Amino acid sequence: MKPIDSETKHTWNVYQKDIANDNFYYARSCIRQNFFPASEHMFLHILRNVLGKHVYDDPNHTTCTGIGYHSDIVPFETIQTVVARHFSLMTEAGLENIAISCVTSFGIYTEILDTWHHFPEQLEQTREFLYKATKREFNLPKTIAHTSDIIYKFRHEIAEKSTYSLVNIETGNPLQAVEHIGCHYAKMFPNKGIGGAEFPQVLSGMIQAWGGNVVDYPERRHCCGFGFRNYLVQANRGYSISNTQKKLESMKPYNPDFILTNCPGCAMFIDKWQYTISEMEGKTYDAHGYGIPVLTYEELAGLVLGINPWDLGLQIHQIQSDRLLQKIGIPYDSTMKYTDSKGNALPKPNVPTYILQ
Amino acid sequence: MEIDYCAELEKDVRFTEGLKACLQCGICCAICPAAEFYNYDPRTIVTTVQQGDNHQIEELLKSETIWYCGQCMSCKTRCPRGNTPGFVIQALRKLSQQYGFFTQSEKGRQQYAIKKTVGENVLNKGYCVHPDLVAYDMHPEQGPIWDWVQQNKEAVYERLGANLNKEGVGALRKIHKKNLDELAAIFEVTGGSRLYEIIEEESEKQAQRMQLGFSKTADNEYFNHVYTYNSNTHFES
Repeated sequence: MKPIDSETKHTWNVYQKDIANDNFYYARSCIRQNFFPASEHMFLHILRNVLGKHVYDDPNHTTCTGIGYHSDIVPFETIQTVVARHFSLMTEAGLENIAISCVTSFGIYTEILDTWHHFPEQLEQTREFLYKATKREFNLPKTIAHTSDIIYKFRHEIAEKSTYSLVNIETGNPLQAVEHIGCHYAKMFPNKGIGGAEFPQVLSGMIQAWGGNVVDYPERRHCCGFGFRNYLVQANRGYSISNTQKKLESMKPYNPDFILTNCPGCAMFIDKWQYTISEMEGKTYDAHGYGIPVLTYEELAGLVLGINPWDLGLQIHQIQSDRLLQKIGIPYDSTMKYTDSKGNALPKPNVPTYILQ
Repeated sequence: MEIDYCAELEKDVRFTEGLKACLQCGICCAICPAAEFYNYDPRTIVTTVQQGDNHQIEELLKSETIWYCGQCMSCKTRCPRGNTPGFVIQALRKLSQQYGFFTQSEKGRQQYAIKKTVGENVLNKGYCVHPDLVAYDMHPEQGPIWDWVQQNKEAVYERLGANLNKEGVGALRKIHKKNLDELAAIFEVTGGSRLYEIIEEESEKQAQRMQLGFSKTADNEYFNHVYTYNSNTHFES
């Protein structure tokens, strides 16, 4: 099928947002710390060491409780107060720009700030709750950004410092990428996302700036299928895998070289459910049996910046990226893939039945 | 005295934000991932609530249907009237738990499994999710690579720049007790702890009704049942 070039669509230029230039308070993500720890590490590395920005990584920051909130075991009053505590930590650090690593958290922060705007009594109640529980006070942030917003803002600076571009070295053609934006990035509050809910530009802008082409597939806006309680409880996981399969079936005809996501859960599910579908049905979603690699935006930025793929954590994805690295022309040492920090070999993982590694 | 569920719903700002006036166009059903794979119709739920029949709302609170939504909130983007059926669902689930109705449905009873896993993790570790929680036998869909991460946890996380269970900054660092104490105090003051207690108390009663073993820890017969049981009556055949 012929890819549609989203660059030509003027509608993608609406909904611009204010993203701070420097001095961020970093709010980490539960899921990313578990499944993509190197991506969070790389976000700090890229901001601090490549772009020269100040980002405060706070040991006192905790979960926002968002997964519990969206599976309805955490009351709205509770999560508002936990988020207020994060604002208190940010205030204490002398900062006013919050950089949020998780899309669920980002949606929660935007929902809470919107609630406080429309229902000021909720803000007052939250201030009272927080003070009663912790004796803490807080200022509201001046800007809130998802960390993909920040990488998007600096995408051209990253391109200027890049070693590689998203071009197939054999054909000379741009790599064909599909993207998936986490639902809570802009579906709830479109004016808080770059490009809004309909034409989000946050990931496509990175892909294009780094030399790739974005394919507009029919189910581009469909949920990955996390569905909170629909994954957390084993009995419900049919919902989750069915929705992911719907997306994979929709993108398969375009033969994408990789999938780029900005949401912790989406990145994990679209990767891992490819494995499960293959075990259930013997089916893979690329023509050669390897599956379609799913990348975070820090992993993609790291690749174009020439960072060692194993420092980026690509080896802990179920769908391996070796063939993508070969297409871009990134050299890598296979013997260093499954090693500890000192280079000592670890036992190799078992291989799936169908997906080639 | 009969509970006025409409009045209770109106106290929840998510409900007042989520339901202005539904025109029954059905766009929410067309976009809804849950409606695609469950016998689920957000429009019908919104109609029931909008009509304000107290008896029908109580039936909803006891039903399977309010537990299908995955809270992706795609409905918020699409509704031409600015309603959010997902917010209405959140308000209904709150009442279902508050009044102990959640144990009357198969899907509602699963709240116990979520409280025992994610809920307790929040207060014990300061994370919703932690490698210790995502055990491979409970998550076989994570594949052999996750099994490998779990088998080589210390080395792999250190290799990838994390700080697993250690003091200081970084991914998966140990959350200091003073921070866990602040979280616990917030839960106490804001009703989070009370909700946990309600889920435990009502689940224990339900375990007795179903004659399933129950204990303080998650290692019990009732947990295993609600975590894994699927009657397969939730989809179109």
